[in-house]
Amino acid sequence: MSQTAIGPKASAVEALRQRAYKIRRHALRMGEVQGQGYVGQALGVADVLAVSYFHALKLDPKDPEWEERDRFLLSIGHYAIALYAALIEAGVIAEEEIEDYGSDDSILPMSGMADYTPGMEITGGSLGHGLGIGVGMALGLKRKESASRIFNLLSDGELNEGSTWEAVASAAHWKLDNLIAIVDVNDQQADDKSSTVLNYEPIADKWTAFGWETYRVNGNDLEALIDAFDNAMESRSDKPRVIICDTLMGRGVPFLETRDKTHFIRVDEDEWSVALKQLDEVYGVQ
Amino acid sequence: MSAKKKLKTSAMIASIADEGTPTTSAPFGHALVKAAEKNPKIVGMTADLGKYTDLHIFAQAYPDRYYQMGMAEQLLMMAGAGMAREGFIPFVTTYSVFASRRAYDFICLAIAEEKLNVKIISALPGLTTGYGPSHQATEDVAIFRGMPNLTIIDPCDAVDIEQSVQAMVDFDGPVYLRLLRGKVPRVLDRFPDYRFEIGKAKRLIDGKDALIISSGLMTTRAIEASDQMKENGVEVGVMHCATIKPLDNEAILEEVRRHPDRPVFVAENHSVVGGLGESIASLLMREGVSVTFRQIGLPDEFLGAGALPTLHDLYGISTKEVVKTLEQYVSSDEDIMPTI
Repeated sequence: MSQTAIGPKASAVEALRQRAYKIRRHALRMGEVQGQGYVGQALGVADVLAVSYFHALKLDPKDPEWEERDRFLLSIGHYAIALYAALIEAGVIAEEEIEDYGSDDSILPMSGMADYTPGMEITGGSLGHGLGIGVGMALGLKRKESASRIFNLLSDGELNEGSTWEAVASAAHWKLDNLIAIVDVNDQQADDKSSTVLNYEPIADKWTAFGWETYRVNGNDLEALIDAFDNAMESRSDKPRVIICDTLMGRGVPFLETRDKTHFIRVDEDEWSVALKQLDEVYGVQ
Repeated sequence: MSAKKKLKTSAMIASIADEGTPTTSAPFGHALVKAAEKNPKIVGMTADLGKYTDLHIFAQAYPDRYYQMGMAEQLLMMAGAGMAREGFIPFVTTYSVFASRRAYDFICLAIAEEKLNVKIISALPGLTTGYGPSHQATEDVAIFRGMPNLTIIDPCDAVDIEQSVQAMVDFDGPVYLRLLRGKVPRVLDRFPDYRFEIGKAKRLIDGKDALIISSGLMTTRAIEASDQMKENGVEVGVMHCATIKPLDNEAILEEVRRHPDRPVFVAENHSVVGGLGESIASLLMREGVSVTFRQIGLPDEFLGAGALPTLHDLYGISTKEVVKTLEQYVSSDEDIMPTI
């Protein structure tokens, strides 16, 4: 039976669209608290996180350490603001925590650390760690005959790190079909565009050559993301899977989408309310 | 007339045992197999050095609990961290040079920062190979002493290694152990009351004329030097400090204060920079303990290649050289004790 415009997939997409909107909104509110933050990345990756947390992942918001959960590893510690937004939306973290974001004694430090935050599986920030830890955890899950999966969100900049490629080779060697890497390709890293700093294109070909099942999608297209995640999770292959997501920094806030791209996108003090207003308008919320 | 027999370069499988010393083959590997019989959480992981870290014994006994991670030390540490996250007790093995120099960031952030239960077992600590600086980890302790949460163990012999394996299994947290492998001397059998305990320094020999505090293979040298000095009527005490961090401040202070006039020597198979010697020196200074203090260790330089006995003589850590150093400061005749 073919799906119609008002069929189950369309309603699933609409539900995820609302989740992505809320993730973007939580992130902007955290940015407003500190007057800074990696909101460009958070806005860009919000759709990927919406599909991860509200379509793909098995988790119990009341028990972030539930043994049977899927493990979501954020190796890019500076994306913490985005993950906090997703964890708030998922009910793992209370929404009131937004008010303390990045402040003394907050459970939401600006760079993600496992000891501080429920649902933050690893300490990220020293890039090139997450996928290797994921390899070890995926091996451990297989030892335990667990059906849980490892998801690791990494960035295109993180592909510069040689340790990432040690892990890429290892995951294929060990046939870690319980490991799904998600690469956020926003073509931006600290000094310049990723393709200028150290070009890794064609990215998909490299992962495929290393023995991974590879998907590349528009990371701001919810339908494409759903299909990619479904295919990656339903595949019967014994390969690890990677979903390479091309995203637009600042997505959902028009004046940030078009602002000159930098690693740490500038938002002036009086612009936070404008950003929230524009986001609401984009999503048709009054 | 025959030419003097040339000593060959000590290869990476060289034994540090002197001729006639009793040895045990691969004590780490056998002890790990024994511990693993009782504890199914133990797994072994290596970066293409299973055979050279005695982990092959474990691999033969438990092939399904052995993970060959390839020549990728960064990955080894990350994957070890991941295994520990899933509740296992990974013993990860490589050489000391690679653990300390190449994999530091991964041990620091992926393992130590999160207090994960990973045991890093590293062979060729200090000067235990004649291959030159690429394989001689003369500064590994200096590198690791600054890392919070990491316990550093420098065992003396096969007895120490056997006991330390079970101690590490019983201890919840990251450990770095400087492994002696292959045919490893058995020295501590001579002290029936000795028990290895993490965090404890133990007096092996009492002696009123001088004190050597030592770790690793230098405890063997210290014992031998003490024996030789005794023949000349000089009593040299030996305290074995197998845990370099955390340092057993209490036991060390008590031992030094027992005979406050004794000169104190710290002997280590490591650079004089940043190791056990400096650690004890700062302890004594903090506590206001003023003694004649000398380090017996490797110089602050990249060392040469060659045969180990030659190199140990050259750099002052052979028993013969330890005795020479002691004799500069200690004599049976108290009157000729130099003032430093």
